[in-house]
Amino acid sequence: MSIEVAARTRLGAFTLDAAFLSEGGLTALFGPSGSGKTSLINVIAGLLKPAWGRVVVEGRVLLDTEARIDVASHKRRIGYVFQESRLFPHLSVRQNMLYGRWFAPRFDRTGSFDEVVDLLGLEPLLARGTAKLSGGEQQRVAIGRALLASPRLLLMDEPLASLDAARKDEVLPYLELLRDRAGVPILYVSHALAEVARLATRIVVMEEGRVVAEGRAAEILGRVDLMPLARGPEAGAIIDGVVEVHDEVFGLTTLASRAGRLRVPRIGLAPGATVRVRIQARDVMLALAQPKALSALNVLAGKVIEIGAGDGPMVEIAIDCGGARLVARLTRYSAAKLKLQPGAQVFAVIKSVTLDARAIGTAPEQATRSAGPASDF
Amino acid sequence: MLTLSQDEIQAITLSLRVAAVATAASLPFGVLIGMALARGRFLGRSLLNALVLLPLILPPVVTGYILLLVFGRQGLAGRWLADHLGLVFAFRWTGAALACAIMGFPLLVRAIQLSVEAVDPRLEQAAATLGANRLYVFLTVTLPLILPGVIAGAILCFARSMGEFGATITFVSNIPGETQTLPTLIYTLTQVPGGDAAAFRLTLISVAISLAALLASEALARRLQQRLRAA
Repeated sequence: MSIEVAARTRLGAFTLDAAFLSEGGLTALFGPSGSGKTSLINVIAGLLKPAWGRVVVEGRVLLDTEARIDVASHKRRIGYVFQESRLFPHLSVRQNMLYGRWFAPRFDRTGSFDEVVDLLGLEPLLARGTAKLSGGEQQRVAIGRALLASPRLLLMDEPLASLDAARKDEVLPYLELLRDRAGVPILYVSHALAEVARLATRIVVMEEGRVVAEGRAAEILGRVDLMPLARGPEAGAIIDGVVEVHDEVFGLTTLASRAGRLRVPRIGLAPGATVRVRIQARDVMLALAQPKALSALNVLAGKVIEIGAGDGPMVEIAIDCGGARLVARLTRYSAAKLKLQPGAQVFAVIKSVTLDARAIGTAPEQATRSAGPASDF
Repeated sequence: MLTLSQDEIQAITLSLRVAAVATAASLPFGVLIGMALARGRFLGRSLLNALVLLPLILPPVVTGYILLLVFGRQGLAGRWLADHLGLVFAFRWTGAALACAIMGFPLLVRAIQLSVEAVDPRLEQAAATLGANRLYVFLTVTLPLILPGVIAGAILCFARSMGEFGATITFVSNIPGETQTLPTLIYTLTQVPGGDAAAFRLTLISVAISLAALLASEALARRLQQRLRAA
């Protein structure tokens, strides 16, 4: 499973000149609004014709301007979940879901209707019209509709952007399931760091029409030199781990990770389940010695690897904790006072309170197991 | 008072037939041109728009006379159609249908054009990403969404055809049993002594048919609104 995308084109005053590769799983296209993310996936879907471009999905060339290959949108087999659900108002939920299935060749259909309905929890909605669905329900139906067309690749353009926080939390677990169980590679466009951190196996960072960085999610989120990522208010690293044990008396869960044990407020996953914890940079304190008599439950030993540039009041510091990356945001004053330098031994202090349900999701299968993408279908 | 004469029944059925044929025959063209005007960006779009609307502002007599010149026995199109397709319009009920179709066409196209403009093209884009080619996109998304508009336009066209007088009488005259429609018969009755009662009777029928058509059209327009709000 591989995706190869390259496009160069002018759009008004804006120039898109981007290329990236993906190996399946969920690849997040991350960047500020207007950085060309949507234009790039529109090129993949065939909704935008670039002056120059090449798109190859699973070895099938969909676009090659030099070879004059340009497969029509409806023949590309690329699923697309738009920011607004774009459900057909004249069809019921069931009819919407089955729309694309009808066009997919019978021998080439992946996933059964029942499995997709089950995966997205759509059973109670099937007979309804689309008008009275909530925003979150609409997006789930739209995802099911795209999935049932048996796409080779699923594009999702900020599918949560139009939802409020509660609806986002409702849909996010389904996106995790989709990533781990549907067996379809996903290209996920977003400018919301929290979503990207929770979902991505790989991240492609875009800025002003260009790709400025790409790599494994934990790697990219642990960098302090990427402007939109490291400097944003929500900057932070992710650590994948496994649920070790629940403490029912105090309502805590202990997770094992490469960085060490993390204790977080009780989560619903069973011991053995793989999880991803997002640790925001502003929630990390650094100490030069192992702190004693401290309320914070998580103290991770590590080594400073990089100190962010800039002369603002704040600075981001990348720390290696047993091979996992953590980012701490300190005042520049504190960093100077502690004389932090690359190589310095530090202890990262993280309050369990900051690691709430929103910060913890299931980890992508690929990131914790060496096997390829699992498929239940 | 309520018993109709042979002539009157004939005129009513002829009017209904003429209006039905005029509407049915112009429907595909109406959808095509409505789509083109709503979506197309081509040279001569404003000219096409003006041409479609022309019968609405021209005196009907003028439209009828132009039809006579073009589709009459000596007219260029009229002779060709008669020679090659055996289709004769002049002084036939088919001519009345043609006149009605031309006169009702602006109403039909307008209604369709407006409903096409109300369709969100992003829905059609979504259909394409789901594997539908352009024909299927039109049949499964565009057409169902504009259907209330198409039906409303067809009803207006039908009602307009039921009432068409000027172009019809100019183009195909007023021949009982062939081209004498409801309006032309009413006109004839008002010209003869003692025709008042019959004229009044037919006027009531005419009002009833037009009113029913208008109410049906309104109801459909409301449904279209609801559907778009639902989206």
